[in-house]
Parts: sequence; structure tokens; C-alpha cells
Amino acid sequence: MDLVSLFITSFIVNNIIFMQFLGACPFLGVSKKIDTAAGMGIAVIFVITLASIITFIIYHTILVTFELEYLQTIVFILIIAALVQFVEMFLKKSAPGLYQALGIFLPLITTNCAVLGVAINNIIYEYEFIESLVYSVGTSAGFLLAIVLFAGVRDKVDYADLPDSLKGSAISLITAGLMSVAFLGFSGLQL
Amino acid sequence: MNKLQIFNNGVTKENPILVQQVGMCATLAITTSLLNGIGMGVAVIAVLTGSNIVISLLRKFIPDEVRIPAFIIVIAAFTTIIDLLMHAYTFELYKALGVFIPLIVVNCIILARAEAFASKNSLSDSIIDGLGMGVGYLVAMILLSSIREILGNGTILGFRILPEAYEPMMMAVQPPGAFILLGLLIGIVNYVSRSKKA
Repeated sequence: MDLVSLFITSFIVNNIIFMQFLGACPFLGVSKKIDTAAGMGIAVIFVITLASIITFIIYHTILVTFELEYLQTIVFILIIAALVQFVEMFLKKSAPGLYQALGIFLPLITTNCAVLGVAINNIIYEYEFIESLVYSVGTSAGFLLAIVLFAGVRDKVDYADLPDSLKGSAISLITAGLMSVAFLGFSGLQL
Repeated sequence: MNKLQIFNNGVTKENPILVQQVGMCATLAITTSLLNGIGMGVAVIAVLTGSNIVISLLRKFIPDEVRIPAFIIVIAAFTTIIDLLMHAYTFELYKALGVFIPLIVVNCIILARAEAFASKNSLSDSIIDGLGMGVGYLVAMILLSSIREILGNGTILGFRILPEAYEPMMMAVQPPGAFILLGLLIGIVNYVSRSKKA
């Protein structure tokens, strides 16, 4: 598979949220306003790409060399936690507005399954370094696309007249389901 | 709170999926058949109870500033144990659940219980809390995965229960079905809890 089709596949066809369900928590939590959603999406792109590079290098240089592959989960989550801390300090200094807006969700990137999921998938799919880089960027761009689109739809849903029981996360999930139908349409794409 | 209340709290009042709505990724992804749902639920019970035990025992020794990394390491250790055990003894299930077994480590419910309960309460209460929340998770998984398997396949645990003439609703086992059915399930739970209060 060449890199362009890998990018498009991970970006749209196998969209991380609508097809693989990774990162559903921040997706349902943060996506109330478009600009917050975009900020979160960009932070996630940054963290996923960096985390994939670092975990890939550490996995292949240290864990494989010393036959410690079974420590993968522990090592990866530690790398991600440290990285998120770093991004948080960076944003606090350089973009306080965004830092305020992201609030509680920034530390939560640590427990965003998308980050760890992409790092582990890179290993499971046995990607080369360049492939894993393209896969990470494509997947996280898919996250940004999904969360921004969803925030736009949700803006309107807030004003709809709904049965009380469906208000809140129930209707969010159903909305996400309908958007997922749209993304399912891409799965016929032959690349 | 007595022990029964703590347990009940996890299963019904604060059910991790249907009420608190955390840890949705695995819920949405692997509930395509009842067997997967049960497997995932049991794995989460094991990790949740194990990490609650260790964190409750260590709660006086972990300094406040580094508690989150410490919790995560404990949880990651239990996840690795479950991962290796499932790889060794239930290989088919292990393949079906795939990446979602290592991802138990980032399931928000486990860190949330460590932070909100196990780090503040006694060992016995923390065990009950872990079991209660875990069983609540399992119940929600069983509900959603049986609905999806029946609608999408006409079977339950692989046994056909709907007549051959039933045209399987493919949508139910595909991604959109997961979102829509879980949304409806939460809607029903909201409706029931609302009418109980009234």
C-alpha cells in the first residue's frame, strides 16, 4: 500500500472515531463548541504524532533488543503521560487562552485511547517508520475532522425539541451514529 | 455507606457506562457479539478490582503529587497481566478483542475509581467498589452486545434464536449500530430512572 492511500484510509475510510471507536470519551465530552473542539483536535494531532515517533523508536531500539516486548503497555503509557505533561506546560506558557479552554481535557489526553491505540496499532500492523508516521498523522487528522464536524452538528442539536430522556449524551451518540453511516459510505472506496 | 450500598451504587446508580458514560471506546467497539462483551467485561472486572486493591493498600504511601502516574503504573501492570493471561488461555477471544485489551489501561473508569474511591477508602470497601463498578460495566456490556448480536446476526452466543427467515440487520453489528443502539439504551435508562423518581 503506498503512502497516499494509507493516509486517506486512516484519515477517512477507517476514521478513528466513526469506524474504530478510539477516543470516544473526549469526542463526546469536548465537542460542544467548534473552537474548543478544534483546539482539542490540534492538541491530539500533536500528541499522537510525537507519541508515535517516540514509542516507535523506543519499541524497536530498546524493547525488541532486550526482548521486553511484553512491557509495551506500561512503557507506552508512561511515555504518553510524560509527553502530555510537556504539552500542557508548553500550552500554559505560550497559549494561555487555549489552555483555559481545554481545561480538564488536556490531562485527559493521557487517558485518550486514541493516543495509546495508535501507538499500539503501529506495532500490531508492523509498519515501517515512515508508514507509522503517515498512519499517525492521518488518524489524528481524522480525529480533528470528526470532532469539528460533530461540534458543528451538536450546536444545532442543542436547540432541537427532544424528548427529555434523550437529551444529553443519548442524542449525541445517536447523532454520532448517523454521521458514522455517512463515513460507512467511504468504505466502498477502492484505493 | 454499607457494603451492599457500595456494590449497588456501581451496578445501578452510578453504572459506569449507562449513567456515568465513561470508557465508551471499548463498549462501542467490541460489543458485536455477546461472547466478546462478556470477555471484555470480565477482563475489566479483574483489572478494576486488582488495581483498587493495590491502590487502597498503597494509599498512605503514595505522595499526593505523583499519585496519578503511580495509579497508571498499577493499572498498566494489571492490564499487562490480563493481556498475557488471555493470550495464553483464551486465544480466540484475545484475537477478537485485539487492541482493546491493552487499551483497558486508558479506560477512564479504572483511573476514576482509583482517584475517587480506592485512594480514600479502606481495603474491603475498595474491593466491593471495584467489583460493583466492574459488574455494572459487565451488565451494560451484556445488554448492548446481546441486542447487537440478536439484531445483527439473529443469534445469541452463536445459537440461532430468531428463525432462518429473519434478515439480519447488518447495521447493528457495524459501527453506526453501536452508536445508535447505545444512545437508545441510555435514553431508555434515563426514561426509567426519571419515571422512578417521579
